[in-house]
This record gives sequence, C-alpha cells and structure tokens, in this order.
Amino acid sequence: MNTEFMIVDNMPIEISGEKNVLDVIRKAGIDLPTFCYHSELSVYGACRMCVVEDKRGAIHAACSTPPKAGMELRTNTPRLRKYRKMILELFLANHCRDCTTCEKNGKCKLQELAQRFGIKQVRFNNTSTDSEMDSSSLCITRDKNKCILCGDCVRMCEEVQNVGAIDFAFRGSKMRVTTAFDEPIANTNCVGCGQCAAVCPTGAIVVKNDTVNLWKELSTEDTKVLVQIAPAVRVGIGQEFGLPEGKNAMGRIVAALRRIGFDEVFDTTVGADLTVLEETGEFMGRLQKGEKLPLFTSCCPAWVKYAEFNYPQLMENISTCRSPMQMFGSVLKEHYSHSHKKVVVVAVMPCTAKKAEASRDEFKENGIPYVDYVISTQELIQMIREAGIVFSEIEPEAVDMPFGTTSGAGVIFGVTGGVTEAVVRRISDDKSISALRAIAFTGIRGMDGVKEASLDFNGREVKIAIVSGLKNADNLIKQIQSGEKSYDFIEVMACPGGCICGAGQPVAHGDSKKSRSAGLYEADRMSNIKRSEENPVIMALYGGLLKGKTHKLLHVKYHRKG
Amino acid sequence: MQTKFDCKEIDAILQSHGYESNQIIPILQDTQAKYRYLPKEIFPYLSANLGISTAKIYSIATFYENFSLEPKGKYVIKICDGTACHVRKSIPILEKLHKELKLSESKVTTDDLLFTVETVSCVGACGLAPVLTVNDKVYGAMTPEKVEELLAKLKEEN
Ligand code: SF4
Ligand code: SF4
Ligand code: FES
Repeated sequence: MNTEFMIVDNMPIEISGEKNVLDVIRKAGIDLPTFCYHSELSVYGACRMCVVEDKRGAIHAACSTPPKAGMELRTNTPRLRKYRKMILELFLANHCRDCTTCEKNGKCKLQELAQRFGIKQVRFNNTSTDSEMDSSSLCITRDKNKCILCGDCVRMCEEVQNVGAIDFAFRGSKMRVTTAFDEPIANTNCVGCGQCAAVCPTGAIVVKNDTVNLWKELSTEDTKVLVQIAPAVRVGIGQEFGLPEGKNAMGRIVAALRRIGFDEVFDTTVGADLTVLEETGEFMGRLQKGEKLPLFTSCCPAWVKYAEFNYPQLMENISTCRSPMQMFGSVLKEHYSHSHKKVVVVAVMPCTAKKAEASRDEFKENGIPYVDYVISTQELIQMIREAGIVFSEIEPEAVDMPFGTTSGAGVIFGVTGGVTEAVVRRISDDKSISALRAIAFTGIRGMDGVKEASLDFNGREVKIAIVSGLKNADNLIKQIQSGEKSYDFIEVMACPGGCICGAGQPVAHGDSKKSRSAGLYEADRMSNIKRSEENPVIMALYGGLLKGKTHKLLHVKYHRKG
Repeated sequence: MQTKFDCKEIDAILQSHGYESNQIIPILQDTQAKYRYLPKEIFPYLSANLGISTAKIYSIATFYENFSLEPKGKYVIKICDGTACHVRKSIPILEKLHKELKLSESKVTTDDLLFTVETVSCVGACGLAPVLTVNDKVYGAMTPEKVEELLAKLKEEN
C-alpha cells in the first residue's frame, strides 16, 4: 500500500492509521492545544482549542476531523491565534482566578494555555454565581467554580469506569457538571478512583489533600510516625524532579521521607508479599473445594466498592485478603503495639481510593484505623518541595528493619498483571529461572485492559483473566454471567494500567505507562528474591507476629451492601 | 406530600418501552404523566432497570424544560405570555392568580398540591389572547375576573 501524506504547516506528514488530524499534527511535533481531547476517551469536540485552518480558509476542530491524504492544514495563522485567545478569554471570564491558592496551581491546563497564548486581560464580566465546594468525598474535592465544561471527567467516569457518578446537568448558561440532584459526591455511586481528577484540566476536580494534618502529626512530640511506600510510587515520582520517566527512585524517596521527619520508613511491598501468600492459599483452597470461583482479587479498594454497589452477590467471590496497604498497616500497628509513644501509620500511595479505604470501619480497631493517613504520590512531591529537599541530589537510602527485604513478585503489584504474576510464581512447581521467564510471556504482562492466560495446576487447567478499568471489569462479569466466559482467577484494578496510573500519581502522558511498568519490571529483575515465599521477612512474620493472627490481621469481611 | 413511592408502579411504563435505555425520554414522559412530575425516588429504580446512571437521567431531566423535578398541582395553569397575550394584558391575570393562590415566581405550586401556575411563551392561540390553559384545556379572552370564577369552579369540582 502506498504511504499517505497530508501537509501540516507546509510539512508533509505521514498518515499511519490516526483517527483524527490532531494526532497527525502532534506526531509532527506541533503541540496543538486541547482541553477536551483524551485519546482514551470518546471525542467530544467542545472546547475548540484544537482549531486548524484548511486551504480554503475553513476552520475545523482537529480532534474531530479524520485525516485524508493530500489534506493541507495550518495550525498557527493569525485567525487561529485570535480564535484561541478569544476562547481562552471566554473560559477565563467565568472562571475563578485565584491561581495562587488553587490545588492545581502550576499543573492547570487553563493556566498553562493562558500563559502560552499571552492572555493579559479578560474583557468580559464574570457572570457566574459562586457555588460551594464539594468536600464530601475522602478521595476527591470538587470546585464547580473552576469547571470549564470540557466533560473529560464525565466521559472518564462513564466510559472507562462505568460509574457515571457525574454528568452534565441543565442547559445553556446554567449548564454544570454535577451529580444527580446535586447530591454531595460521597452520597453517590462514586467509587473514589480519582480518574476524573486525573483528566480534569483545571482545579475543578482534584485529589483530596491530607498533608496539613500530617505535617502536624510529624511535629508532635511523643508520636512515632511510620510510613510505607507503595510499589507504584517509586516509578511515578521521578519525572516531577527531572529524573527519567519511570526511573525507580525508591532510595531517594526513603531518604527524603527521613529528612521530612518520618521515624521509620518501610516498603508496602512487604504487604504485597503477604497478600501473595494469603491469596494463593485462599485460591488453592477454593480450587480444591471447587467453590466460590472465580476468585476476584481484592487489592483495589475502588473495585471492591464498585462490586459492593453493583454486584453484591459477587462479594463472596472477592478474596478476603486485605489490600497490601491494609495488611502491612495492621502488621505495623501490631509490631509497635507496645511502643510507649503514639504510633501513627502513614501510607504513600498512587491511589485516591485508598484514602477512603483507610477510614472504612472494617479497618479500624476500637475506632482507631490501622492506617492513619494516606497521601498520594503528588502530595508526597508537595511535601518534599515544601521541605526544601532537592530530590535529584539526595543520596538514596535503604528502608528500615525489621521489614527491610522485599521480593520482586511483590514489587510488580503496581502494574496490571503483577498480582497475577506473583500468584502464579507462587503456585507453579517449577522454580527454575526459565520457568520464571516463561510466566512473564503467558500473556499476563502488557498494558491491555483485558488479558487472559491459562496454566496447568496439578493437571487442571486454571483460567485467568486480568482487567484494568472498571468498564472492562463490568463487561467481563457480564460475559461470565451469560456463560460466554469462565475463569478461576480474576485480577481487577480500577485504574487503566494498574496502580502505576493511579490518580494520585503525577499525570501520565504519552509513554509514561510503559516506562513506569518497565521501571517496576526492572526492580523485579534486580531483586535477588523473586518469590514472595522466599522473602525472609515474611517467613519471620509467619513464625512470630502473625502466629494465630493471620485472620485478624490480614483478612477482612466487608459489611456494606451496595 | 407523597413520601413513599412504590416503584413497582412504573414497571408497566418500563415494560411498555421494553426496558430499553434508549427509550429514556418517552419513559420519563410517561412517568411524568403519571405523577405530574419526576419524583426523585424513582431515579435509582430507573437507573437499576435501564442500566443508565442516575446522574445521566438527571442530566436528561434537567435539559428539557418540559420535565419537572418538583411536584405539580392537580391543575397546572399555564398563562401565555407570548407577545400577543402580553399586549392584551396577560400579566394582570398572572398577578391575580398569584394573589388568589398565594403563589409567586419562585413558589409555583400550592401546598395542597391542587394548583401550579406557570407562564409559557405562546400556546399558538393568539386569536384568543389572552389565553391560559388548565392541564389540556384552553381558556381564551381571559380577565382577572374570569380567573376568579375559574378557580372557584375548579375548587368546587374537586
Ligand atoms: S472518583 Fe472515579 S467514580 Fe468517582 S466521580 Fe471520579 S471517575 Fe467517577
Ligand atoms: S470538572 Fe474538570 S474535567 Fe470535568 S468538565 Fe469541569 S473542567 Fe472538565
Ligand atoms: S480538543 Fe478538539 S474541540 Fe476540544
């Protein structure tokens, strides 16, 4: 087939299957501005920032125009510049302009484009009425005054997560993005995945910030503040500090946390290793008895909530394992239960849903949570900056004993397929290196939203599915219910790509997903312990602290129904 | 006011539209015909049966002026305030209605849920201006005096 070309700003650019000219133009190295375009969402074509001009002077929205061979487009004409400025001014007219105190300051697309297009004044009056913030959710905070109605959040919540907690309401100048009947978001079917915040170009939906109280805790005498760091955090943080994308910065994070004032620093991977052993045990048991299959993983609290809302009958199929964060939180609280100081457990997570998980009643003892604070990777970045730590220059350090060793199986929990791979490593009899490599190629790695694999276990075929994105999970469940598919083990992560793309991470763009997952697989390769059961810390725990307490500390029964 | 809803009541409506989510607008219309408004309580039921989120149904219900989320009176009185009716003095009629029924721009329905008073732009009966409609019935050449009689008659009917 002949290669097809189109002309962008006098440059011939190859068309290679792009769905719209926007992608072709961006391939040409032109950063066409957009608000309402995200490649993983449907095209909305509302913001008109992506306008381009054709040969005859007609104007098109690049995101909603399919490429054609021979097309000639210009992206930067006086008319287009004027249009864009006008649109930006109109957006800004009704927008809260308190940039300095906005959570999104410095990361806001509207701010960025206003600067890029040199908007120095806004000629229109602000006719918007002040509406109140919605701080009801433990995961996200909504400020309608900052919404530009791009609909990114609406499409994310509905198309990718199949939740639909928010939508447009009313019409014309009264239009807004809100919940049904303007209910506080906490009273809706929102699962707290935070993906809406991850795509919102402005500060209209942001991840809830919990650093203020944490700082107080850190400066309280007689308090021992422990912190655990999730696998995904180490490969998400670096890009914000000028390190290569996806680079494993665990050592630096540990050092930074100590400087900030945390008393002991640990790795949530220990919790992941515990999860592998507990969940595998549970899976084997169910396989033998042939009951409550398929087994769904339980690491992702947004998925657990989604199941509670939509498939209460499936709750008994969900593993009783606590998430790695909760397992490790309970272990830490138990380990330090004799400390004469008040013990506070903090978790640094890529995740917004974990903020809500930590305050569930199931994860409290006598009203005190096992995990007291959950901060996102982004909040950690803010704390590091606030403390004046130059992250790129800090010397890496190791985590504290007695939880100092982790396995490669645990660290890959942060990427879709990781939990499954860790479990498969545990159940397969062949412990050779070649068997380990073979597992990686059974189809469980990669960024696809739905993956399938099967393996032989004692002569029985074990069928596995791995999904990320709740819409994918929902489709799979429907296929199982209709009898079209059947599985024994299903890993579900709410965030597309797994925790590395959690809403608490710095925004992923372009190849971030790939480099972050590569970072975790590298951490696995460089780890001299490949399997969770080979981690001496875990063995010591089972022989000591966990004796007779695995049920109490590592498992959970969720009470809530829908 | 009704507080408990037996959502089963709308099963027939759902059935007649084959439980199809793309029939949401006719379903909402039929529901509104039944209750004279869209009760909040039925949203979760519609959502569960049609597989569309309550936020989406709310989105549709607030987009169209014709849907009401507030309970309406047994008699919905619409005073035409189109140009023809306006110049032939529709406003005094509206004022009279407001006064008689103790209603206002913001409070449009009486507490006993008997009357709702709204304005509309042109019902297409300009020859009869000023016009008002009570539910589907049209009353032409109205005056504040005639309004009084009409209200008395409706109250009696009840
Ligand atoms: S947090 Fe997730 S479920 Fe909740 S509104 Fe945002 S996208 Fe939807
Ligand atoms: S809340 Fe954010 S993502 Fe949603 S419509 Fe408003 S600006 Fe767009
Ligand atoms: S990005 Fe094309 S219209 Fe918004």
